[in-house]
Amino acid sequence: MRWWAVFKKEMWLYFGSPVAYVVFTFFLLISGWFFSQIFLYYSNASMQAFMQPQFGQSLNITDNVMRPLFSNMAVVLLFFVPMLTMRLFAEEKKSGTIELLLTYPIRDGEVLAGKFLAAGALFVTLLALTLVYPVLVAFFTRIEWGPILSGYLGLLLAGATFLAVGVLISSLTENQIVAGFGTFGVLLALWIVSWGAEFAGPNLRALLQYLSITEHMDGFSRGIIDTKDLVYYLTAIALALFLTLRSLESKRWRG
Amino acid sequence: MIQVDQLTKRYGPVTAIEDVSFGVEKGQIVGFLGPNGAGKSTTMKILSCFMPATSGTARVAGFDVFSDSLEVRRRIGYLPENAPLYPDLPVATYLDFVAEIKGIPRSARKARVADVMDRCFVSEMQRRLIGKLSKGYRQRVGLAQALLGDPEVLILDEPTIGLDPKQIAEIRTLIRSLAGQHTVILSTHILPEVSMVCDGVIIINRGRIVARGTESELVAQVFPTARIELRVRAAQDDVAGALRAVPGVLAVQPLQSRDGSAAFVVESSRGRDVSGEIVKLVTSRGWELRELRQAGMSLEDVFLRVVAGEEAPEPSAPVEAA
Repeated sequence: MRWWAVFKKEMWLYFGSPVAYVVFTFFLLISGWFFSQIFLYYSNASMQAFMQPQFGQSLNITDNVMRPLFSNMAVVLLFFVPMLTMRLFAEEKKSGTIELLLTYPIRDGEVLAGKFLAAGALFVTLLALTLVYPVLVAFFTRIEWGPILSGYLGLLLAGATFLAVGVLISSLTENQIVAGFGTFGVLLALWIVSWGAEFAGPNLRALLQYLSITEHMDGFSRGIIDTKDLVYYLTAIALALFLTLRSLESKRWRG
Repeated sequence: MIQVDQLTKRYGPVTAIEDVSFGVEKGQIVGFLGPNGAGKSTTMKILSCFMPATSGTARVAGFDVFSDSLEVRRRIGYLPENAPLYPDLPVATYLDFVAEIKGIPRSARKARVADVMDRCFVSEMQRRLIGKLSKGYRQRVGLAQALLGDPEVLILDEPTIGLDPKQIAEIRTLIRSLAGQHTVILSTHILPEVSMVCDGVIIINRGRIVARGTESELVAQVFPTARIELRVRAAQDDVAGALRAVPGVLAVQPLQSRDGSAAFVVESSRGRDVSGEIVKLVTSRGWELRELRQAGMSLEDVFLRVVAGEEAPEPSAPVEAA
């Protein structure tokens, strides 16, 4: 249970400093803005659907409110997650506290688990707070909870992938700004890589589409849990955490 | 308890320590002395399993720091240079975190944390954020975390840096009280500290061990002769001649004198005190005796001579009592 000590410490540092509050405030502000705009647009479209019933056939909350909301929140997370993860290792390296942390009788894996799960817990809290949007919608109209839950599962997996990449990059540098921008750069590249698919040959196109984080999220927000997508996220998370562990261990033999 | 064999550490082309070998017995306190950049911290980082050596081995409590790192880390308390701590944690929260990570069971944790806070005099600051503490308090919180879990071996890199004289005395007493059950290796540039706290001394310079032993062994080794500093009001040449004739005197070196009196360092073989004879000589000649004292025998002189590889500075310059 030594990872629990690290977990608690990281939570204290998130909530004892303004980091958690600033991230929460701005994430909720921005995603709330998206939600309200999307919802207003939807209600406006619903009004118009009164006049043109055939147009109204395709209107539903899952496709017209939650799906765009999920994809917008994922983009916002792209900006916010690096700020949650950048300090995890870089700060300890810069301030020298890593020297004590790594000389305590704790395995590197336990240190990593504590830190990753702390960032994860913060992220889950953040997502849980956004549940207020579908709950609000449910007050006004009938809502399908299945696709919403699977959409949240998609966001959770994508977010965990972001976090794992962030932790990896934070373990490679002692400069928090480098860690933050590096994470953001890698995530953004993974995001837009599918744009190249349009002009690529068939093999490359399949590869680029498979690499893209976006492509894998869409299924979840439509209520489809595809093993292919699950495998994508879980391998990405495992790979990033495995490399982080290697990067921590390398300190012990490379110096 | 600590066994270091032919340890070498290179950072790229820079050699931090080379071929360092030493051993520390259980219950001993050993002081690591050396100028800045001599390799003290590097040696300590290797012993604490923070980083590996380029070659050579180090064993703590019988476990190799490289291959049995976790076993070693269960048995050490480490205070790195400048006590790196989390500024955003309160003292008690931080120490509770360390206690948990060191595997102290929940039921005992509170008492053990309170105990180390008492021993390191930080109890009254336990609610304060570490970042708001003065350097002296931070240093003592660093020491408190090293003591948590009652480790067999303590590795303390400059434990008294940044403390005021009263705190230094308290911490020295604390470290001294650890002797016996704990093996302590500490580094410092403060020479009197080593004399007061340590059983043995290792002097390291430019990555190599240049001298080791107890303080008196080192003094005897570096200064094979006993030295007396003498100042009399008389003609320089007369006095020098007369002193050389005193039985037991091996050498007489004239010194620069500030007030026109004749000043000398008189060397005699160790264990043979010639001060009585010198006083007799001076009084029988009717010279006016200004000063007569034992000189050049402190660890400081040993250190300066060994590290500089040359004569200690003019012994007539008053040397702080060690």
